[in-house]
Amino acid sequence: MENLDSFRTEIGKWLEQNCPPSMRKPLGPDEDINWGGRDKVYDNPEEKLWLDRMAARGFTTPTWPKQYGGGGLSSAQARVLAEEMRRLHCRPPLVSFGITMLGPVLLQYGNEEQKQEHLPRIVRGEIRWCQGYSEPGAGSDLAGLQTRAEDQGDHYLVNGQKIWTSYADYADWIFCLVRTNTTAPKHDGISFLLFDMKTPGVTVAPIKLISGSSPFCQTFFQDVKVPKKNLVGKLDGGWTIAKALLQHEREMIGGMGLGMGGSGGGGTLDALAKEYCGTEAGRIADPVIRDQVAQHLMDSRCFTTTIRRSGDEAKAGAGPGAASSMFKLYGTEMNKRRYELLVKVLGSQALGWEGEGFNTRELGTTREWLRSKGNSIEGGTSEVQLNIIAKRVLGLPD
Amino acid sequence: MSLALSEEQELLRSTAREFVSEHAPVRELRKLRDTQDATGFSRALWKQMGELGWAGIVLPEELGGAGLGFAELGIVLEECGRTLAATPLVSTTLLAGNVVLLGGNEMQKKEILPSVAKAERVLALALQEAAHHAPYAVATRAESSANGYKLTGKKTFVLDGHVADQIVVVARTAGATGDRDGLSLFLVPKSARGLSVQRTIMVDGRNAANLVLEGVEVERSALIGAAGRGADVLDPALDRATIGLAAEMLGTLGEAFERTIKYLKDRKQFGVPIGSFQALKHRAANMFVEVELSRSIVLDALRAIDENRPDVPQLASIAKARLSDALHLVGNEAVQMHGGIGVTDEEEIGLFMKRARVAELTLGDGAYHRARFAALSGF
Repeated sequence: MENLDSFRTEIGKWLEQNCPPSMRKPLGPDEDINWGGRDKVYDNPEEKLWLDRMAARGFTTPTWPKQYGGGGLSSAQARVLAEEMRRLHCRPPLVSFGITMLGPVLLQYGNEEQKQEHLPRIVRGEIRWCQGYSEPGAGSDLAGLQTRAEDQGDHYLVNGQKIWTSYADYADWIFCLVRTNTTAPKHDGISFLLFDMKTPGVTVAPIKLISGSSPFCQTFFQDVKVPKKNLVGKLDGGWTIAKALLQHEREMIGGMGLGMGGSGGGGTLDALAKEYCGTEAGRIADPVIRDQVAQHLMDSRCFTTTIRRSGDEAKAGAGPGAASSMFKLYGTEMNKRRYELLVKVLGSQALGWEGEGFNTRELGTTREWLRSKGNSIEGGTSEVQLNIIAKRVLGLPD
Repeated sequence: MSLALSEEQELLRSTAREFVSEHAPVRELRKLRDTQDATGFSRALWKQMGELGWAGIVLPEELGGAGLGFAELGIVLEECGRTLAATPLVSTTLLAGNVVLLGGNEMQKKEILPSVAKAERVLALALQEAAHHAPYAVATRAESSANGYKLTGKKTFVLDGHVADQIVVVARTAGATGDRDGLSLFLVPKSARGLSVQRTIMVDGRNAANLVLEGVEVERSALIGAAGRGADVLDPALDRATIGLAAEMLGTLGEAFERTIKYLKDRKQFGVPIGSFQALKHRAANMFVEVELSRSIVLDALRAIDENRPDVPQLASIAKARLSDALHLVGNEAVQMHGGIGVTDEEEIGLFMKRARVAELTLGDGAYHRARFAALSGF
């Protein structure tokens, strides 16, 4: 503990000295977090400076080994770093799928050459990655994927398509699940490939959602040549790596879980209900809506308390409890209910698509309501989550 | 306060679980019911719980209690809930006991609470007057008399009202029915003249009574706290009792859920365990979610009392609403999923559903507490 205290002091001082002032302000309405990448243009030089300084210490990837450019910190030290950054209102210098998803599996399954080539570039935000997993015919049944990689001697020839590829139109490289064996059982014929999005034959088409534009894309591969050295792990052994990566993805989303349950204006539901539905003696006039608002606020409180209990139990050495398997399921369904209630409360003012007659908040609520429909589908549908709970937690038979 | 159990708390839990499994399993409730036991609970069992320190677990040591917190009492309550154990924990330790602890003067506390801790005294709180929990809907009148007060009115659903040595009666010294102001709390002995008690046999095999008070005379010293300011004592006492009841309901919830999951694995039809049917798997998984959410909020509410947090009233309502709805769901699903045997008296699962409904309607159901929570939260 003594070590952590002096580490905290040292880190706090370093952050104060090295985090530029504009990087200690919350994101403006037109600003986005830094995703890095080959083509990234830095309008604000302080944003580049902040990234470079943090990357030089490996703090963009605090727990990665130093030999690949990581911070070499323990998880306790990484927690201290995060706390100090929050305390000093320092923005995260870099956000990337390379950090949260690809990097951890490369560390686990990649060979030395791949680690040396890719990890430092992730640390420095030089390469932006996207995830080639789902296909039109392979969503919940991901192992049914058909994008083909044929052995052509010194390279693989990739043909097929991916869907729901977030930010494929901005990404530099893709980590992609491909089928390398069509005779083996479906889980045993999958490989994990890395390739450059600029490789001839790769095309990208953005996907519009019911809520309007989205970061999702379709990605098409026509005779794309991928060097064999870009195969991660064993040939036909990609499913194990795919699952490990999904676990990291789930932990990342779980880490955002607190945001899902507690923030997002849960406390404004009652204020909005008073504003749009009227009051009687200072209370929401409609008792049915009042009851539903109370129900939502109670749901939210029970959910955040469950996240906290899960954390307390983990700290007490109990390991990830059974409760954590319900976070994605409950958080997303609760979020959908919240938006339905918001639409009911805002009434016809929640039904505007664009233009005059609606304020920004109202139009935003409508889009968010529409987008929330995807929450219970992406990252494992609610139905799949229920199956997982039934099988892994309750032990119910197949 | 951590929501994970400490080592001592884990030890208390396993001790309590062993005790109720041996001395108050579900078949004991059945026996009390079937023999139409006059008391409705085992006095010997209650005495044993007194010796274990559980009857007075939250009472201060100088009053004979264990000086522990609601986190600990919650553990005992939960284990009792698992076996549907009939005890005066709710009536005596939680309801009337807290009224005396929070509002009584030194003499009253010293006279009453040590014998509560020793499980030598049973208390009851007579509050409800119509068919639903409504703490301020009190029409029972307390008129000043020469030596004290004269109480007139009717009370219903008084837990352990037929065996209580003393009943805390909520009556009105001022104001109109529905007013928070003007309520007063009186200690009435069971032998009081003018008090008639009608035991009601409840569907869950536990005990309640209807009372009629016709000019029941009590001395001035029977008043707990200040006249007309009874709600100031009643409100926090009800919050504690509500949270405690939610803790008992958590045990009933967990046990009903676990028995149902076991049945899904054991029962075979069409050559396979019925737990392999996806419809049942999904309903089971949804119940699991409710059990976990319920556990979390009860644990937090218990600790909030111990930490003296200002959000105890809100947490009481959140916890009771949650447990009421969760136990309603699981109680019903448990019977349905047990199929034909679920609706037999021989099978124990029906007892869990019956208890679910009585507990749900005790001290306010989900709708009541959502409305209360909204009022407390300013909407």
